[in-house]
Amino acid sequence: MQSYVQIENAGMTFNTKKGKFTALTGIDLHIDQGQFVALIGHSGCGKSTLLNLVAGLLDATDGVLLLANKEIKGPGPERGVVFQNHSLLPWLTAFENVYLAVEKVFGGSESKKQMKARTAAVLELVGLTHAAGKLPGEISGGMKQRVGIARALAMEPKVLLLDEPFGALDALTRAHLQDELMKIVAATQSTVIMVTHDVDEAVLLSDRIVMMTNGPSATIGEVLSIDLPRPRDRLQLAHDPKYHELRSQVLEFLYSRQMRPKEAA
Amino acid sequence: MVSAVFHSPLEASAPPAPGGERSREENATPLIAATPVNTGATGLKSLKNETATPAVRRPWDASFIWQRILPPLLGMGLLALVWELVSRGTGASIPSPQDTLAQAAVIFSDPFYSKGPNDQGIGWNILSSLKRVAVGFGLAAAVGIPAGFLIGRFTFLSRMFNPLISLLRPVSPLAWLPIGLLVFKGADPAAIWTIFICSIWPMIINTAVGVQRVPQDYMNVARVLNLSEWKIVTKILFPAVLPYVLTGVRLAIGVAWLVIVAAEMLTGGVGIGFWVWDEWNNLNVAHIIIAIFVVGIVGLLLEQMLMLIAKRFSYE
Repeated sequence: MQSYVQIENAGMTFNTKKGKFTALTGIDLHIDQGQFVALIGHSGCGKSTLLNLVAGLLDATDGVLLLANKEIKGPGPERGVVFQNHSLLPWLTAFENVYLAVEKVFGGSESKKQMKARTAAVLELVGLTHAAGKLPGEISGGMKQRVGIARALAMEPKVLLLDEPFGALDALTRAHLQDELMKIVAATQSTVIMVTHDVDEAVLLSDRIVMMTNGPSATIGEVLSIDLPRPRDRLQLAHDPKYHELRSQVLEFLYSRQMRPKEAA
Repeated sequence: MVSAVFHSPLEASAPPAPGGERSREENATPLIAATPVNTGATGLKSLKNETATPAVRRPWDASFIWQRILPPLLGMGLLALVWELVSRGTGASIPSPQDTLAQAAVIFSDPFYSKGPNDQGIGWNILSSLKRVAVGFGLAAAVGIPAGFLIGRFTFLSRMFNPLISLLRPVSPLAWLPIGLLVFKGADPAAIWTIFICSIWPMIINTAVGVQRVPQDYMNVARVLNLSEWKIVTKILFPAVLPYVLTGVRLAIGVAWLVIVAAEMLTGGVGIGFWVWDEWNNLNVAHIIIAIFVVGIVGLLLEQMLMLIAKRFSYE
C-alpha cells in the first residue's frame, strides 16, 4: 500500500549570519493513513523543523515531501497545525478564532449558518461550548490549547500536525488533554504527526515513535512501533510490562545512545 | 459520540464569569454542577477592573485620602506657593494666583463674544486653534497611518523612506512655516501645513514599527489557514497594529498642540497662540498665565481622551 505521507531523503539547511546551518539531513519517513506518529528527541534536534516542513511553513532544501502523492509546496488547509503556544488571535473570541479557519475552508461551499453550526460542533468536540464567546485572555492555558486544536480540527484536515501541543501545560491538564486527543483521533481517524519531548506522552498516544539523533545535521535514529492495543487507558498501562518495556527503549535511546547535548536548554 | 468525554474537573476552575459581556456565555452550563462558581474567570475580571476603578473595590478608609487625594493637592499647592513667591519677588509684575484667578473668572464669564477679528472671547480662540489642529492632524493621520502600514509591510519601501524620515523628522516645526506661507499664500493653510508636517512622523513611525512587530505566530496562523491578503489585513494586521497606531496618534496630537501655539504667534488671526502674543503686546501678564493653563488643560484632555480609546483596544 502506498504511504500517505512520504518523506524522501529530506534535508533542511538554514542560511544564518554565521554561515550555513544544517538542521536536518537524510530524513526518510513513510506514514500510513490514520497512523499516529510521534517525533521525539532532545531540544534542538530539529523535530519542529521536520514538522514545519510537512506543514509547508518551511521549504526543504533537499529531498521531497509528498502528501497523498502530491508534493508539499507551502501550507494548505488539508494540513491542520496546532502550535506550541496556541497562537490564537487575542482580539477574536474562541468562536471567531475557529470560525476564521472554517470560513477559509468551507466559505465557498457552505452557507453562513452551516459554517456556524460546524464551528459550534467542533467547539463542542473539545468541550468548550460554554467558552465560545470568550477572548483568549479570559480562558486558561489548557482551554486555549483546546481552541487551537478545535481550529485545526475544524478544517477537517487530512493530516493533523501538533507541535508540542501540551508542552506549556501543567501535568494534570496535559494528561486530560492527551485522553481527549486520543478519543478525537479515534473518532475522526486522523493521520497525526506530533512533536513531543515527553516519553510517556509519545508511548501513550502513538502507533510509532520516531526518535531523532542530536543536531546539527539531525536525522532519524530509530523508529519504534508501539503495538499496544487501543483504546488505551493510562491507568491500566501503568501496570502493563509491555508499556514499561517500550518506555525504557525510548529512554535508552534518548539518554544512553543520544547523550544530552551540552547546549540544550 | 465523543462529546460526553470532555467533562473536565480542571475546567471547573474557570467557569463562565457572571454577567459576562457576550450573550453566548449565558447558555453556559457548568460541567460539574456542585462546583462553586468563579475563581479563575472572575479573578481575571476583577484584576482588570482594579486598574480602572480602584476606589470601588477598596473599602472606604482614611488611607485613600492621603495616598490618592493628598499628593496631587500638595503638588498644586507647591505650584501656587512658588507662583506667589515669584509674584511678590517681582513686585507683582507677575500677577499673584488670586489676581489671575479673578481675571480668569472675568474672561470665562463671557467666552464667546466677538468684537472684530482681533478681539474675540477665549472660547473662540480655543475653538479656532482646535479646528486648525483637527484639520492638520486629521490630514496627517489620513496620510501617515496608511503610509506607515506600507512602510512596515514592505522592506523595499521601508529602505526607501527611512532616510527621508530620519532627515525630515528632527526639523523644528517653525522652519516649515515659511515654506507653508510661500506655497499656500495664506496664514491659516500655513499653520495647518505646519501641524500636518510635524504630527505625521510619530504616526508613520509607530505604525511601521507596529506592522514590523506583528508576532510571527500570527503570521504563521495566516499562512497555515491560507488567508487572503484582505483577511490578513483586517483580521490580523489591523488589530495587532492598532495599539501602536494609537500610541503614534497620541504622540502626534501632543506635538500638534505644542506646535499650534508657536505657529499662531507667527501667523496671527484668531487662536490661542495669537491671543498669547496679543496679550503680551498689551502687557496683560495675567491673561498670558491664563492662556498657559488653558493650553495645558486642553492638551491634557486631548491626551486623556486618546488614552481612553487606547485602553479599549488593548488585549493583554
